[in-house]
Amino acid sequence: MTEQNTKLTFKDFKSDQEVRWCPGCGDHIVLNSVQRAMAELGRKKEDFALISGIGCSSRFPYYMDTYGFHGIHGRAAAIASGVKVANPQLSVWEVTGDGDALAIGGNHFIHLIRRNIDINLLLFNNQIYGLTKGQYSPTSKKGTTTKTSPFGTIETPFNPGELAIGAQGKFFARTMDNNVKLSTEVFVEAAKHDGTSVVEILQNCVIFNDGIYNEINAKEVREERQIILKHGAPMIFGKERDKGLILDGLKLKVVRIGEDGITEDDILIHKANENNPGIAMMLANMRWPNYPVALGVIRSVNAPTYDMAMESQISKIQAEAKIKNVDDLLHSGNTWEV
Amino acid sequence: MSKAKEVVELEEVVIRFSGDSGDGMQLTGTLFSTTSALVGNDFSTFPDYPSEIRAPQGTVGGVSGFQVHFGHSKIFTPGDFSDVLIAMNPAALKANRKWMKPGSIVIVDSDSFDEKGITKAGYTEDPIVKEKLDKFNVIKAPISTLTKEAVKEMGIDAKTGMRSKNMFALGMVYWLYNRPLKHTEEFFQTKFKKKPDVIEANKRVLKAGYNYAYTMEAMTPSYTVSPAEIDKGTYRNINGNQATAWGLLAAAEKAKLKLFVGSYPITPATVILEELAARKDLGVKSFQAEDEIAGICTTIGASFAGLMGVTSTSGPGLALKSEAIGLAVMAELPIVIVNVQRGGPSTGLPTKTEQSDLFQALYGRNGESPVVVLAASTPTNCFDHAFMAAKIALEHMTPVILLTDGFIANGTQPWKVPSMKDYPDIKTMIVSKDEEDYQPYARDVETLARLWALPGMKGKEHRIGGLEKDFIKGSVSHDPLNHQKMTDVRDEKVERVVNMIPDLEVTGDKEGDLLVVGWGGTFGHLHTAVKEMQNEGKKLSLAHFNYIRPLPANTKEVFSRFKKIIVCELNLGQFANYLRMKQSDFKYEQFNKVQGLPFTATELKDEFKKYL
Repeated sequence: MTEQNTKLTFKDFKSDQEVRWCPGCGDHIVLNSVQRAMAELGRKKEDFALISGIGCSSRFPYYMDTYGFHGIHGRAAAIASGVKVANPQLSVWEVTGDGDALAIGGNHFIHLIRRNIDINLLLFNNQIYGLTKGQYSPTSKKGTTTKTSPFGTIETPFNPGELAIGAQGKFFARTMDNNVKLSTEVFVEAAKHDGTSVVEILQNCVIFNDGIYNEINAKEVREERQIILKHGAPMIFGKERDKGLILDGLKLKVVRIGEDGITEDDILIHKANENNPGIAMMLANMRWPNYPVALGVIRSVNAPTYDMAMESQISKIQAEAKIKNVDDLLHSGNTWEV
Repeated sequence: MSKAKEVVELEEVVIRFSGDSGDGMQLTGTLFSTTSALVGNDFSTFPDYPSEIRAPQGTVGGVSGFQVHFGHSKIFTPGDFSDVLIAMNPAALKANRKWMKPGSIVIVDSDSFDEKGITKAGYTEDPIVKEKLDKFNVIKAPISTLTKEAVKEMGIDAKTGMRSKNMFALGMVYWLYNRPLKHTEEFFQTKFKKKPDVIEANKRVLKAGYNYAYTMEAMTPSYTVSPAEIDKGTYRNINGNQATAWGLLAAAEKAKLKLFVGSYPITPATVILEELAARKDLGVKSFQAEDEIAGICTTIGASFAGLMGVTSTSGPGLALKSEAIGLAVMAELPIVIVNVQRGGPSTGLPTKTEQSDLFQALYGRNGESPVVVLAASTPTNCFDHAFMAAKIALEHMTPVILLTDGFIANGTQPWKVPSMKDYPDIKTMIVSKDEEDYQPYARDVETLARLWALPGMKGKEHRIGGLEKDFIKGSVSHDPLNHQKMTDVRDEKVERVVNMIPDLEVTGDKEGDLLVVGWGGTFGHLHTAVKEMQNEGKKLSLAHFNYIRPLPANTKEVFSRFKKIIVCELNLGQFANYLRMKQSDFKYEQFNKVQGLPFTATELKDEFKKYL
């Protein structure tokens, strides 16, 4: 058996660096899930490149035994775009946070998605600035009290899913940091999707925003307050799997199966590949307590990628080109002899 | 049609085409330059235009000019003052009045000198009287009327017809300098291939202008400028931005790498991105980024992945790229940053020239952040310096900033087309696939350049980034002594580039009373002024810098042979101050100008006389 065919395990992706996130930080579990997903993808280790910005989660590449680039604040999307366009054969992953991607890097975030460059974007959303020790972020709920909002924030947060889909995003998924099984599945799906795949990871910051997701993720409530979407399956949730989503006019509505004549057949079937972004937008926007929070692959639509369009444009033009090298170029157009 | 023609032979001529920004003056000037090149003259051009695309018609602020200096001998500048001014309206006359040589020819479109035109230009009375133009040879040609007349029979609408009026003026100048019409007619054929009406209208108007000048008595004699005595070879016309783009392509070819350009459009640098974007045939990956920061960050990403990364910009854009340049310094990746300088600070004078980004290029970053800084000095040598910028970046694993400026970027010159076989190879630091035990920050002992392993290479997985790196392994290190060592080595790496750059050359004697020092795009004017004074027997020489950091190894030796040194630059003295720091044994006089304009040879000579 050649080495190339040896199946890698998650351990092969661990670097020799000591992982220095706080004990109990959600990032540890996500690291584990990413390593599992990469092993599962069956690609060569040297083909992975992880690009990050600045923030706690952006230390991620140091802990992976792959190619990695720890960039500057907000610019991971742009650096990753350069890497992928330069070498489309690579599996390029961007690791970023809610401040890095949605505040200082907001512009690059939307333009990466608009161009649909084949990059897997892991957005660690802990609704707080951790590395600078506890200031509010663009995803902090309105009214959040932090060091820079001692009387509560007065601004409306972004919903990353809404922003991604609004920027013409073709792939959006959401997972919980501590759900290794779902995270691994979602990361594999994201990697298999051609184009920008945005995965929002709801991540607990144990120091500055501890318990921010407890209301939807505490063990005793999570089945009632989360809905894990699967392409082709009905949108059912609840401990007893007795609740579901239907379309009531132009809105989603939570119903109970067996009440008011509702049967399982009435429940919406999840079609992640629906081109019209309307339903995906509604699913991404669902918030407790009115709705369960949607996890899993919410939207996955095929569309041409920028990196492949670039390759095909170049090969098409090169096939018909008169100019084959710089000498040809220098003598092209108007020249004269002396 | 035979008419005895009195022809006077001239050495050199400066013509300034001037009109509204919508009058097509840039095209008119370009066509005249091309024809002059094709009849064998050397030339230099200077487009001078407002930053508004269509500034209010008829106003001085909206005047667009194109100056061309052509001659029988080598031409180094577009000329200080014009022998011929073409003023398509009163505002053009007003804007250029001070740039006319005594006795020069002024061709005006007399149709535009009506009350409305005169008022718009801010005159209260007829400027031909007011400006005391009796000392000049003023030719009042009803260009608008005659243009209408020339296309009347074609039945095209008046607006389309009037678009050709610049060609009437061009026709007149062609007659005046005995130039053939055929190159311009050929241009119409290619340019307006699908619009036969437009070809015909332009041809008719061009011919009408030529015939008008021929028929009228006012424009005798006519003049010729014989072909210049220049090296044999194939020539083409090129501007500095195009030469920069092509020099980068040449470097990529020699390095056997694909070129990636990540840029955001900005005046006056945009043409570099446009030129490279057009070169998909040479495999260029061009990325028009969402902003300046993304421009350089995509470039850094592409460089990490193993392409030759380039980003192009102008002053304000360089400011936005600062943090990312620091990242490239830390990651030790080979990227080229081209900065086409313009008037600053802030938005400043976007279409005008200046050299005030020198300190920004040298120091405009946080931390000890050394980069190599080069400056091209003529439109054509942008090619060589872009090539060298890339060669240094790739062989030394460092970001390199190439400074040009609006003057040489837009200015054109005839260029003897080089052959790629005459250019040196570029040996990249890409690590061999067989290299075992790759360490990302292991260095070449001579240059201190680190080895470059590309994602996709088996067994060489590594992490780099903006945090301080361990001296060998490249892993994150906060160790105090390691930081000292890394800071020193990054600096030393840039300093060692001195070993591959050419010595500073001196134009004129190697010793004397006055050494004129310049850098970058002021070369043509400094060279002209110094040469003219040398011919008058003055003991002065010129040392012009293309390598700013590091400075050439013989800088001190050159400086030590002159009694006085004067540093001339289009800023408040940035290079002079840099020299005070780097070459502190000497006293530096300064001559500075910040008007958004190049020096004139005249003002330089006046200044140098004070020291001789």
